[in-house]
Amino acid sequence: MKYEVLVQLKEEVLDPEGRAIEHNLQSLGFKEIKAIKVSKRYIIEVNDSKEESEQLLEKISKKFLSNPTSQTYTLNRLN
Amino acid sequence: MIRSQKDPIALMNFPGSNCSYDCHFAFKNLWNIKLQDVFSCDRVLAGDIRGLIIPGGFSYGDYLRGGALASWAPIINELQGFIKKGGKVLGICNGFQILLEGKFLPGALLKNTSNRFICEDSFLEVSTGPSLYQRLLETKISLPIAHGEGRFFIDKDGLKNLEDNNQIVFRYQEEKNPNGSISNIAGICSKDGHILGMMPHPERAISPFSGGSGTAGKQVLETFLSMCL
Amino acid sequence: MQEQEMSDQNKAVVRAKGIEESYGLKKLLTRHKLTEEEYGKIKENLGRSPSFSELGVYSALWSEHCSYKSSKNHLSRFPTTGEHVVMGPGENAGVVHLKEDLCCVFKMESHNHPSFIEPYQGAATGVGGILRDVFCMGARPIALLNCLRFGSKTHPKSSWLFQEVIKGIGDYGNCVGIPTVGGNVSFDDCYNGNILVNAMAVGLIRKNRIFTGKASGEGNLIYYLGSATGRDGVHGATMASDSFSSEDEEERGAIQVGDPFSEKLLLEATLEVLEKNLVTGIQDMGAAGLTSSLFEMAERGGSGLNVNLDKIPVRAENLSAYELLLSESQERMVMVVEPQKKKAVEEIFRKWDLAYAVIGQVTKSEKIKMYHKGKLEVDVSFKDIIKDAPRYNRPMKFKKKKIKSNSFEKNIIEKIREFGIKNFIWKILQSKADKSFIYKQYDRHIGSKTVLSSDNKGAAVMWLGDEVKNHPFLGLVLSSSTMERVCYYDAQIGGEHSVWKAARMISACGGKPLAITDCLNFGNPEDPYVMGDFSQAVDGISQACKDLNTPVVSGNVSLYNETDGVSIHPSPMIGMVGIIDDVRQAKPCVVKEECFLYLLSPKDKIFSFVGSEAQTLCQINQELGLIEPIRADKELQAMKFIRDFSTSESFLACSDIGASGLLSTVIQMLIEQDLSFDIEVPENEKEQYLFSYMPGSYILALKNKNDILLQKLRQNLTHYELKNLGEIRKSVLDYRVNHESIPKQETLTTYRSSLPL
Repeated sequence: MKYEVLVQLKEEVLDPEGRAIEHNLQSLGFKEIKAIKVSKRYIIEVNDSKEESEQLLEKISKKFLSNPTSQTYTLNRLN
Repeated sequence: MIRSQKDPIALMNFPGSNCSYDCHFAFKNLWNIKLQDVFSCDRVLAGDIRGLIIPGGFSYGDYLRGGALASWAPIINELQGFIKKGGKVLGICNGFQILLEGKFLPGALLKNTSNRFICEDSFLEVSTGPSLYQRLLETKISLPIAHGEGRFFIDKDGLKNLEDNNQIVFRYQEEKNPNGSISNIAGICSKDGHILGMMPHPERAISPFSGGSGTAGKQVLETFLSMCL
Repeated sequence: MQEQEMSDQNKAVVRAKGIEESYGLKKLLTRHKLTEEEYGKIKENLGRSPSFSELGVYSALWSEHCSYKSSKNHLSRFPTTGEHVVMGPGENAGVVHLKEDLCCVFKMESHNHPSFIEPYQGAATGVGGILRDVFCMGARPIALLNCLRFGSKTHPKSSWLFQEVIKGIGDYGNCVGIPTVGGNVSFDDCYNGNILVNAMAVGLIRKNRIFTGKASGEGNLIYYLGSATGRDGVHGATMASDSFSSEDEEERGAIQVGDPFSEKLLLEATLEVLEKNLVTGIQDMGAAGLTSSLFEMAERGGSGLNVNLDKIPVRAENLSAYELLLSESQERMVMVVEPQKKKAVEEIFRKWDLAYAVIGQVTKSEKIKMYHKGKLEVDVSFKDIIKDAPRYNRPMKFKKKKIKSNSFEKNIIEKIREFGIKNFIWKILQSKADKSFIYKQYDRHIGSKTVLSSDNKGAAVMWLGDEVKNHPFLGLVLSSSTMERVCYYDAQIGGEHSVWKAARMISACGGKPLAITDCLNFGNPEDPYVMGDFSQAVDGISQACKDLNTPVVSGNVSLYNETDGVSIHPSPMIGMVGIIDDVRQAKPCVVKEECFLYLLSPKDKIFSFVGSEAQTLCQINQELGLIEPIRADKELQAMKFIRDFSTSESFLACSDIGASGLLSTVIQMLIEQDLSFDIEVPENEKEQYLFSYMPGSYILALKNKNDILLQKLRQNLTHYELKNLGEIRKSVLDYRVNHESIPKQETLTTYRSSLPL
């Protein structure tokens, strides 16, 4: 089974990397770009059954892959 | 001059902890003290250790998040017990990140607002509070910084807590915040003042002719030493 | 490894016969950047046609980047020996003796072509590569410098290239934990299609603990250590030997990616195994990957090797022998280890969490044999492939010698007068000034050795304190420079000036120059004028090195810096190392208190607008100007004077006057401080004094005009004079030059507006 975990900064936290990319694109003429936020995507393969996997991955995402103080995560199953 | 004792201060080393040498150098040159090296894979902290320094650098290449991988190393399990027994901890730069990731102090450290690494002298204000640092250090000091992820972040409630308990030890002076840290925070301590996490590098400000400018770092390290001995 | 039933040679021949027929020779050679003559030589060398893997090996080892085929005949003219030289060119890096048993290891290398295509990784891996050259000799690196050239500030690619290169250098050096303390950067149209990224590393080593890259001792094991191998950079060496054309986007595939964390682990593991004497030979894998390392080690050690490519740790699937041999995956080393030390060495590799494997053995034969999936892919004599590498005496043409025209200087002075002093100095500051955007991204202080670094705007100084028992304040002084505009005008004079400029920076600090490394960045060597420039630059550098007694101990050549037929200016980058007895007396270029300013200059003044920033800004064709060759004995007198005077506490700061001129130098000495200056120069030669390049002239900041030592030393100055220039005061007033005001705040704003682009 394959899952993806997307980790990004919380809404209220400034994303300077996203902002820098946004400004660069706008200055290249892409004025339609309103905002960019950078996130990390982890693709994880697991052996277990669906339920156990999702429990495990929630734990890993919350405890290790993201820092709840400043980040949020989304867990999605792939295919 | 403080008399040297047999290795009561330990230095925690992770793969990539570049600033270990500078910490050793500082203690050796200032007080002829040899720091006891402790490694990430160690499972036990020696009983006679009274103080622990977690140095700066790029532990585990800063992969995942600065300090994150280090906070899962076996030796970190020992830290809780060490602190409970009254042990004193000083986390510098990456060391501060490790303390935050390990939840020994509240908050998180993020990429500088400029999105760039910055190496320069920082200008700090020392506030009043529970720690010995806040009682002994001068109110305005300058210490070198060198970091790409030094922006301190904490939610509203967390910030209020820190302020109410006077846990914010160092703040960047007004108009001189180099990285966008919330409330200009450069370093915080635990409620009892025994654990200090700071972004600036005191070990780099000990010599009148080398390193960052000034010798204010000596006072910071001396204060830590006093707490331990 | 199993020996084959059929003789190895026969098998190779059988396979090789297929190459020429299946691929079409012409296409094959073009792809490998080999000429038909060179291919003929390969066949002669082997006594048969090469296998596909062997062709890859030859093309890499005989590329310009690895073999120096166009430059070798000229490089032999460099002076490479001297009383301080422990190891000269030919090893991974040069070694110079400092004091007691302490030596300094240093080298500069280019990473120009990869950095133009993928600037972040190109610059980062450039730093990684040069660090490995230093630590694989057993030296712990203590400083990095980087020398950069970018195209015009308004060129559409410049901003991106600039920002990414700086970031790449910073991220890599900072993570490995070596301070980046110096370098230089400038912008010129000639680099629009070919940027320069030259990285220099400096390390420390004990005299009897120097390791070399040689394979010897029959039966010794060949270890591979470091990151697993992928497809990165296959044929990077041949790409470096190739000029770009506008349709080069597809080159993107050949870029290596760096991992500074692995490099840090590799550095510690390497130094540990060397310290414990567990290794007899060691070499890093750089350009042309495993191939160049193994062949060079074999040749140095005079021993053959049997190698099994199957054993190489890999991170991609189905890598062919060809790819394994030529991959330029980063952060890898080759080590030769005696069998009885296997356990000890592997324990250390595991401690540092590095991938490793025994990939072969040293043999008695003259051959290097490499097997893959049971087949003999490479069967080549190590002696011949390196000995028989092509060496070209490329034809040369020389630019006409210049004749001075009075109109040149007159036109520049007229133009400056049109601007007025104030506006013109602002133009210069905008063009040349404030590099803090760059150096603030580099950790300059890690390692507790940095005394002066980039923010000093002059030489860097590293304290060696606890390394040498009887010299507790000993220091290394480091500088780098090239004067490409003078080189463009006259490559020989430019070569000389480039070296002297680096020496002046070291001398201004109070240091004594010891030796140099170089990176010779030139255009297409098949252009006889480029070759002529190269030859003349070598002559100029050689003369300067002889006069200064600073032999060339290491170096690098980067040719084919040309796009669409336009070559860069000749840019021989010089990296110089010097020594200072007491770092506490090292003179910064920056002043922090009230003092008097003095001009130390030759009695018969030399003003040169050729090579000056003023000339570039006035856009006057420099063809009509004249620049004097160096007057060595006179300059040496000034250098000695500064060194002798540096013991005085009244001597606060010193800076040499470079291409941006005297006024720019004075301003940069105090612009970040709360100070003002008031200076005066002869009115009738105002523009020459303030804005020309004054080779061999210095500005000194003195606390006490009547310093006794100064009066004494002054008497020995026969060729030079020390004249009062003015004062520096703590004041809110504007700067003053010949009674004319220059507003302070606006000057600061202009100075800071230079970068980022």
